[in-house]
Amino acid sequence: MIGQVVVDGVTNGAMIGLGAIGLTLTYSLLRFANFAHGEFITWGAYLALLLTGALGTVLGGAPIGDLTFGWTLLAALALAMALTGALAVALDTLLFRRLRRQGTEIALVIASFGASLALRSAVEFIFGLQPLYYSHDIAMAVRLAPGMQATEDQLVLFGVALVLMLGMHLLMRHTALGRAMRAASENPLLARLVGIDVAAVVRGTWYLGGALAAAAGVFLGATVQLRPTMGFDLLLPLFAAAVLGGIGSVPGAMAGGLIIGLAEAAAVPLAGAQYRAAVSFLVLLAVLLLRPAGLFGKAD
Amino acid sequence: MLGLASYFAFFLTVALTYGVATLGLNLNWGAAGLFNVGVAGFMAVGAYVSAWLTAAPVASHWGGFALPIPLGWAGAMAGAGLAAAGLGAITMRLRADYLAITTFGAAVSLQLVARNAVWITGGPFGIAFIPRPFERLADRPFGFGLANLGLAVLVTALVWLALERLTRSPWGRVLRALREDETAAASLGKAPDHYRLQAFVIGAALMGLAGAMQAQFFGFIAPDNYLPVITFQVWVMLVLGGAGNNRGALLGAVVVWGLWALSGSALHLVLPPGWQARGASLRVVAIGVVLAGMLLLRPRGLIGEEATVSRHVPPAARAEPLP
Repeated sequence: MIGQVVVDGVTNGAMIGLGAIGLTLTYSLLRFANFAHGEFITWGAYLALLLTGALGTVLGGAPIGDLTFGWTLLAALALAMALTGALAVALDTLLFRRLRRQGTEIALVIASFGASLALRSAVEFIFGLQPLYYSHDIAMAVRLAPGMQATEDQLVLFGVALVLMLGMHLLMRHTALGRAMRAASENPLLARLVGIDVAAVVRGTWYLGGALAAAAGVFLGATVQLRPTMGFDLLLPLFAAAVLGGIGSVPGAMAGGLIIGLAEAAAVPLAGAQYRAAVSFLVLLAVLLLRPAGLFGKAD
Repeated sequence: MLGLASYFAFFLTVALTYGVATLGLNLNWGAAGLFNVGVAGFMAVGAYVSAWLTAAPVASHWGGFALPIPLGWAGAMAGAGLAAAGLGAITMRLRADYLAITTFGAAVSLQLVARNAVWITGGPFGIAFIPRPFERLADRPFGFGLANLGLAVLVTALVWLALERLTRSPWGRVLRALREDETAAASLGKAPDHYRLQAFVIGAALMGLAGAMQAQFFGFIAPDNYLPVITFQVWVMLVLGGAGNNRGALLGAVVVWGLWALSGSALHLVLPPGWQARGASLRVVAIGVVLAGMLLLRPRGLIGEEATVSRHVPPAARAEPLP
């Protein structure tokens, strides 16, 4: 029982963490809560669905081993990440950057709320409201330990998620772009003064955040299902994870995602699956009451 | 002809209920700069509280106190105000956009409760047979519609007058001062969190009143009436009409509700039956694009913020340009 809660919580938490990384980075760099971030998850998942259809004719759709998906989905994942990153950059260029120039910061939040609805409804319009799947095969569960089981799909995708998160962490620590991103979110003016191209950093941040959100969307689509509201429904957990981890902290977002995932999984046997999303709200309230700067954040 | 007139009366009645919610949001955002993304949640609290207080008892869920409607509406305002006071106590001292995240979370969680706590809220099917005002006129649709419209106009006018007084009072000036320059206002001895919390609570109470009015005019509520898209609509009403201006808020409510209703009927006529659900999605895309375009091209809205100057300042001094 406890074992299964841990398995569910950790796999789900990895997904929330992936989504929260982009949210926390744009939040600290541009100082606004982007309500459209959940839609990158949805768009990533649906783009991958389109791409699996297109790629399946080239690569053949044969699954790998006992998994329900094959190389096609993994290739589609990479492409969907690239495209969703571009979508995030495009949204910034068309909407958010212009509003930033007008100097009305909070208008960004309203605009992101509008962009979120428009992007989500566009998916509803194109794909319809019914849930969709990458594969109709049934995923077989394997026993990890007494009372702990997961599907092989979950394990492989969890591994991919870990690799992505580790890669993102290393990128932030050891590359020029990562250092520039940290410097710009610390103090944009000072960063510009030492010759950092802040506009490029902003684009890079949107791109990476969008791409990681798309990965979360594909994992969610592969292990559960694709729905037009899949990303929007994750928005509250993403915000809770970002605030819990401390705004601007990549390890914080991952740890926050893990904690939210575990808390949700633990709440299901206690309160029922229908109240799952409210868990994030309670965690969020607790963090804001006790430690508003979050686990890894600096006090304002 | 009379049918069309009753439809128009009903349309205006609903538009005015949104007008009351938009006026509440205008007090939050336009006057105090508070970013409330939980409009739908506060409207839901008001609607359910009023439904519990005024409806006749039923076995299937809680409530059913069969109280008069004015008491239901007062309770709705108190309930939504209390919810806002609780949330505000936690978030007022924090960064402005934490309020956005928290109110969003509250609205989502309240919707979950409304949908799932069947023994309190009636679950997904909601609460029916909520007493409507002027029920005894119900067999004469036109008179009934007109009476309801009169009531909506009366309540909206009262709210409008009260807000005009409030925003022009010293209290309203403190709010605007805090919004424009918190440090300067605080240096004059105005406690920022204190004033902002008051504005947040009063605004949320008005949203609760709007929810209660809708519950009473429709006679029926369900959790799906309080999806995040409602919050968004009220925001569009305020931004389109012009934040910081009560007339703008009302104008925005009537215009946006009109466009929403018209585009709904137009799509209903034009699209084949299989495409109706998709047409509804397209309508939401359109309203999202309108909002984004409005923010980019005309951020002041149709009317824009009204300059309010104390009536104690002599007219000659008002036109004085800033150095």
